[in-house]
Amino acid sequence: MIYVWGFLLIPFMAICLIPFLRLKGKAIVVCTAVSLTAILTSILAFQGLSGQPFELQLPGSLISGAIRLHVDALSGWFMLIINFSILTGGYYGLSYMKAYADQPKNLSMHGVLFLLLHASLVSLCAIQNSIAFLIAWEIMALSAFLCIIFEHEKIATIKAGINFLIQSHISILFLMIGFIWVASQTGSYDFSVIRTYSLTHTSALSLMLFLFFFTGFAIKAGFVPFHTWLPYAHPAAPAHISGIMSGVLIKIGIFGILRMLLLIDLNYTTAGIIILCLAIVSGVYGVMLAILQHNLKKLLAYHSIENIGIIGIGIGLGCIGLGTNNVILCSLGFAGALLHTLNHSLFKSLLFFTAGNVYQTTHTLDIEKLGGLVKKMPQTALLFLVAALAICGIPPFNGFISEFILYTGLYSWMHAADITSLITILVTVSALVLIGGLAIMCFTKAFGVVFLGNPRHTFHQEIKEVPISQLIPLYLIAGFIIAIGMFPSVFLNTLIMPVQLFTGIHQLPFASFQGKGMEALNSISQAGWCLTGMVVVVWGIRKLALRNRSVTILPTWNCGYTVPTSKIQYTAASFVNTYTQLFSSLFLIYKKEKVVEGVFPAAAHYETRPYDKLEKWLIDSPVLNLKAFLGRFQFVQNGKLQFYILYGILFIVAIISIPMLYDQIMQFVEFLRQL
Amino acid sequence: MLSLILILLAATFFTGIIIRTKSIASGRKGPGIFQPLKDVMRLFRKGAVYSETSSFVFRIAPTIYFSSVFMAMLVVPFGASKGIISFNGDFIFFAYVLGLGKFFSIIGAMDTGSSFEGMGASREALYSMFAEPAFFILMGSLALMTGHTSFQEIFATLHLGSSITYALGVLAAFVFLMIAMIENSRMPIDDPKTHLELTMVHEVMILDNSGFDLGLILTAGYLKFAIYGAIIFDLFSGSISYGYAIPLFFVMQGFLAFVVGMIESFMARSRMNHNAQFIVVLSSVALLIFFGALLVSGKFI
Repeated sequence: MIYVWGFLLIPFMAICLIPFLRLKGKAIVVCTAVSLTAILTSILAFQGLSGQPFELQLPGSLISGAIRLHVDALSGWFMLIINFSILTGGYYGLSYMKAYADQPKNLSMHGVLFLLLHASLVSLCAIQNSIAFLIAWEIMALSAFLCIIFEHEKIATIKAGINFLIQSHISILFLMIGFIWVASQTGSYDFSVIRTYSLTHTSALSLMLFLFFFTGFAIKAGFVPFHTWLPYAHPAAPAHISGIMSGVLIKIGIFGILRMLLLIDLNYTTAGIIILCLAIVSGVYGVMLAILQHNLKKLLAYHSIENIGIIGIGIGLGCIGLGTNNVILCSLGFAGALLHTLNHSLFKSLLFFTAGNVYQTTHTLDIEKLGGLVKKMPQTALLFLVAALAICGIPPFNGFISEFILYTGLYSWMHAADITSLITILVTVSALVLIGGLAIMCFTKAFGVVFLGNPRHTFHQEIKEVPISQLIPLYLIAGFIIAIGMFPSVFLNTLIMPVQLFTGIHQLPFASFQGKGMEALNSISQAGWCLTGMVVVVWGIRKLALRNRSVTILPTWNCGYTVPTSKIQYTAASFVNTYTQLFSSLFLIYKKEKVVEGVFPAAAHYETRPYDKLEKWLIDSPVLNLKAFLGRFQFVQNGKLQFYILYGILFIVAIISIPMLYDQIMQFVEFLRQL
Repeated sequence: MLSLILILLAATFFTGIIIRTKSIASGRKGPGIFQPLKDVMRLFRKGAVYSETSSFVFRIAPTIYFSSVFMAMLVVPFGASKGIISFNGDFIFFAYVLGLGKFFSIIGAMDTGSSFEGMGASREALYSMFAEPAFFILMGSLALMTGHTSFQEIFATLHLGSSITYALGVLAAFVFLMIAMIENSRMPIDDPKTHLELTMVHEVMILDNSGFDLGLILTAGYLKFAIYGAIIFDLFSGSISYGYAIPLFFVMQGFLAFVVGMIESFMARSRMNHNAQFIVVLSSVALLIFFGALLVSGKFI
């Protein structure tokens, strides 16, 4: 009980205090409140993760009934991820927001919302009552919306924020339908009745119910085709909020899907195949579009969709394993998904924070204007490089570990599979490989164009590294990334409890990852050390060999061209030009072009704007059609007061006369019947 | 351990034989087969020239590229004898650790700010992306046929018995050879001896590398050839005793080098925009092997 009071009181008191303090005071209060809440909930989370679930029943209200709080291993895992991301994001944001010190009111609002966002995210993991869950969900959606529109004087930001707001409410709509469905059938809002409902009804109904929840959570998670809000919201938000959104906000969707899998008893194979298909599409489509982007944060946002796809592949495999009673596939699928959730929250928040550093110094995110930043911001460049390697799934970093677990699951499934499963394996493996290859292309482009080469644009301000206080949280994340890559077994073993929840659904025998192909992780960790050692040794030999030799610095070889400019460098667009042409039928790229003509050509320009084909089909076209249809009724709204009064009178007459008419008709019908 | 020594030995003469074959085929006497080795030794003793645009990335990239290829080599077995590192799913590690090298060679090229090197980097990124699925499908098919997921176990239990398996073995050898050609930027994807920067892929990426770094990159290239040669040898070696297998290994490597030399002598490089299609064809061949593996293992309904 003391935990709950602490959890409620700390943010409440902080929120009351923040508006009345000076700038420094606000910062201190937000930080202490976030840290205290994080410590408090992390204690519960560790208990849950070690197999002692926290259980508490609050009296609740007349409508909601008793509100049950429950922190099991799954909640614990997600709570730890949330706390870590919010803490690093908060400390990073502290320095990042210094640039906005002239807007104290805006900042106190932001501090309040940040606390609310943290509290709602953490509580979502514990609440086991649908009404309380929806309220927390709404607080989360609204506080995230207000955090996104911090720079609300910009039109693009407001637009992105409203897009986010609408889509989060569509998500809530689906969740509400699901919860009301269960509540209307059982008369209780507790999560446990979802299980009893699905156990007592046919599996088709359970699947329908699951799909409602899945759609709701998938919008939040950003599965294709529900992903369209992501590429707008992430670039619009301040860097630490983008990092947190990508790191944990979309993961709460993943948490919801996993929680519903635990609660709803359904045909897991069917559900798994549905999730797997969507996940593969998300993964490949996300990274394919990411390559085209010129805006650094938008590029990262599309990569979030890709990584949600990889997590989804894990969940799908886990479900199929559960459905077919294949304990190896089940455990490795869910373990891969859960570990990749952590991994993605680490490297993606690091990428967004470093992108924030770039934005802070250059005031632009257009990668075609950047270049050569590695010399001015070497630490930011190094951190970005670590995260980029990790997101591409390259050893010895953490992304490789979770992808390796998924591969092992897939290849182990192969021995017991029939032809349809084999085709599924084939498609999934190819998708994972393609995602990896495309990610390498995307991040060599992003890193190469932003940080390497010569500057492509002269900035009026001085370009310099951000202060060290802003870099410390980033080093912490990078340290975690390397730690997971180097000691994967430690992190995998903490996943035993959460995975047991899933294998427990069908009472599959699962005690540890021993004998499931995961001994390989020890070898991988050895290989990682070996690789590091190798690099150090070769580097040392190189140093020795160059010690007494001449090392000259000269201009880059230009094929004899004598006046090189930074404009002759390969740009981001030219780097991916062949790729764009190869897959042009999948993309929608708007071009604005004025070609060079005549003997004395005037200024020409060429501009491309990549757009999302799915967004055009699924969002833009239906909205346009709806608008056109509703436009036909525009004559009603003609701006003349007389008409409006007439509408009012007509309305009153209609209300009075329709029941009367109805009565008359009914009397007439009765009369006819009596005849 | 055995595989490490043998691959290192094979790497000393592999590229030399290619060059020798090419020179004889074009009517020249050509350099000795250890000439590439001598070139590298000379490079290791030289100083270095760096571009003023480049940063630490450019300096460390060749080191990491070489280390990644070296790590990949440690995974490859020789017949039934394990590589130094061997575990279930080590071929995944093999492909991804090579990815590390690729990543660094690409960003190393981007670091010079040269338009040519950016071009090469862009092509390398695209081609290697297309080549990966073929490798994974092929290894998956072999894993399906044998029921194992590590290089050594797959090759140790791979028995080429029936005519179908021989056909599959030949196809697999073809795919591996082509992957080796793509990885090493050879014909028909790339021509290492072209004189125009615009038509290069790999060579243009290392235009600015010199001295020790260039030596590392060249050595890594020689190693890569020998690694793939060893994998192709493993496909057929089965359970031949070492007394025969070791000489056979060198004969096979020599023969592969000869084949590569002949391909390079009598084939023109594909047009740049046909390369992507060519590489996708490899994935289809790998798919063919996959369905063949289904037939062999009796899973085709």
